[in-house]
Amino acid sequence: MEKIIKGRAFVLGDNIDTDQIIPAEHLVYSLSDPEESKKYGHFALSGVPLQSAGLPQGAIPFIKGDASNSEYNIIIGGANFGCGSSREHAPFALNIAGAEAIIAESYARIFYRNCVDGGFLIPYETSQKLNDKIKTGDELEIDLNENTLKNFATGESYKLRPLGDVLPIIEAGNIFEYARQNGMMI
Amino acid sequence: MGMTITEKILAKSAKKSEVEPGDNIWLNVDVLMTHDVCGPPTIGIWKREFGSNAKIWSKDKLVIFPDHYIFTKNPQANRNVQILRQFASDYQLENYYDVGTDRYKGVCHIALAEEGYNIPGTVLFGSDSHTCTSGAFGMFSTGVGNTDAAFIMGTGKIWEKVPETLKFIFDGEMPDYLTAKDLILQVLGDITTDGGTYRALEFDGSAVFSLSVDERMTLTNMAIEAGAMNGIIAADKVIENYVKERSNKSYDLFTSDEDAVFKQVYTYDVSKLEPSVAKPHSPDNLDTVRNVQGTKLTKCYIGSCTGGKLSDFVSAGKLLFGNKVKVPTFIVPASTNVAKQLEIETISGVSLKQIFENAGCVIAQSSCAACLGGPMDTVGRAQDGEVIISTTNRNFPGRMGSKKSQVYLASPLTVASSALTGVITDPRDFL
Repeated sequence: MEKIIKGRAFVLGDNIDTDQIIPAEHLVYSLSDPEESKKYGHFALSGVPLQSAGLPQGAIPFIKGDASNSEYNIIIGGANFGCGSSREHAPFALNIAGAEAIIAESYARIFYRNCVDGGFLIPYETSQKLNDKIKTGDELEIDLNENTLKNFATGESYKLRPLGDVLPIIEAGNIFEYARQNGMMI
Repeated sequence: MGMTITEKILAKSAKKSEVEPGDNIWLNVDVLMTHDVCGPPTIGIWKREFGSNAKIWSKDKLVIFPDHYIFTKNPQANRNVQILRQFASDYQLENYYDVGTDRYKGVCHIALAEEGYNIPGTVLFGSDSHTCTSGAFGMFSTGVGNTDAAFIMGTGKIWEKVPETLKFIFDGEMPDYLTAKDLILQVLGDITTDGGTYRALEFDGSAVFSLSVDERMTLTNMAIEAGAMNGIIAADKVIENYVKERSNKSYDLFTSDEDAVFKQVYTYDVSKLEPSVAKPHSPDNLDTVRNVQGTKLTKCYIGSCTGGKLSDFVSAGKLLFGNKVKVPTFIVPASTNVAKQLEIETISGVSLKQIFENAGCVIAQSSCAACLGGPMDTVGRAQDGEVIISTTNRNFPGRMGSKKSQVYLASPLTVASSALTGVITDPRDFL
């Protein structure tokens, strides 16, 4: 597992639900066909109301034009990120778009499980609100050994909550690899 | 130390004498349910991970209901149903309910109950967040994603963190202007959309046990709207009788111990509650119907696993009987069984179906339909700028279609009375 994730922030508000992450009308595409699944990247975060996309400025698209990947690879959310439906298409879409990690105060349970068990993104929690301190486009660095986040735009560093019980699954890659390593499946 | 119902069921499933909140345990799953949106990717992951000789852990425990995107011309949606059909054929699955046959059932959570898969004391996982609905049967039920569902499909097992339980006690006699929807909207307003995260919501009290099975499912269905892992109600005689009529499986009746530990207990006197709405754009944006009375509407919608059960249509039918709707009003029975009941159930000798037709409603075929927007040709889908009142479960931006629409969530009584006036209307104005 990469121990350092560097990249640019895309900042969102509280209660970003799965319909905002990937609107339901797009849930028809194949997730296993590499070409067709790019549609999920293209439509990632397309359900976020315009003024709430790319805070604090707003009206910043996560995906530009016809692209299926984003120039932003670290999502900064608030409370209750990923609430709503169970659709795994949500973390999948963010992954296809190139996102590697999310940092939020809290997550909805199913979204969090999907991130970890599917190996799509690393969902870090913070005890403090960061979506009013970090701006979309800020250059960030996550240190997975130290559980810290550094914002090069401001020079500030933040402590991230250790991944705890789910770290072995994240390190294995997904729940299947974890189960194989632990003799639970062949 | 005493245990809650949820803790007892999880302990049994994990083959442990006791568990406590925070324990990470491996559960043995009794039933896995999936549908046309999450089934195909679940099957894809299962094949990828378990190889060409992949075996379903227990074919009789896998239940598949196509229900989401059924009556659409969308080619990819139709392809997803075809993937399920092929899979069911390849593996000779008995519990597949195909579209276009008389086995088609409609919305999975209601069909699970009707077809006898909800068994008190058991553990049910589904690749749908509203799988928590089945908790009305005194069982543990919760939603997971495709990866977890695929893992269960191959192993019959899954890890879970034992949740703390919040208890909601509803006492008093239910007034005729309230339904279970008003109660759960009140809960959501009180604890918000993340108040139940990683927690169980247990519903208790005389008012809860006075509710029909349909109405109990409205309570547990929306536990996920508080972010909860599961909603649960102890199974009583009403549930036992319902289950016995549909299944010969053995069941275990659990209740929370006197000394069980609850994270918090909330108590309500239902006679003091008001008809409620969740205003745009969140299920916890609680208000009384009175406070938003007069809000102009473009559409009324009665349907979904939350608000498309027979009891919901009986409530609506009482108000729509002999009257005409003032705005387009959609009636979407959750299941084909509910649709049949609309023809059988009567008020003053007139069938519910006839009442809705006479009132000028559009009656659609059973499916999830516009509850989650869906493909562009979905019946009742929210268009730009619409203001809708609906018996469904979510009103996040864009949930019912256009993100420029506004959706109010309310009881079938409130939606029906609003349909008669074209503006949001308190059902007490008609009762």
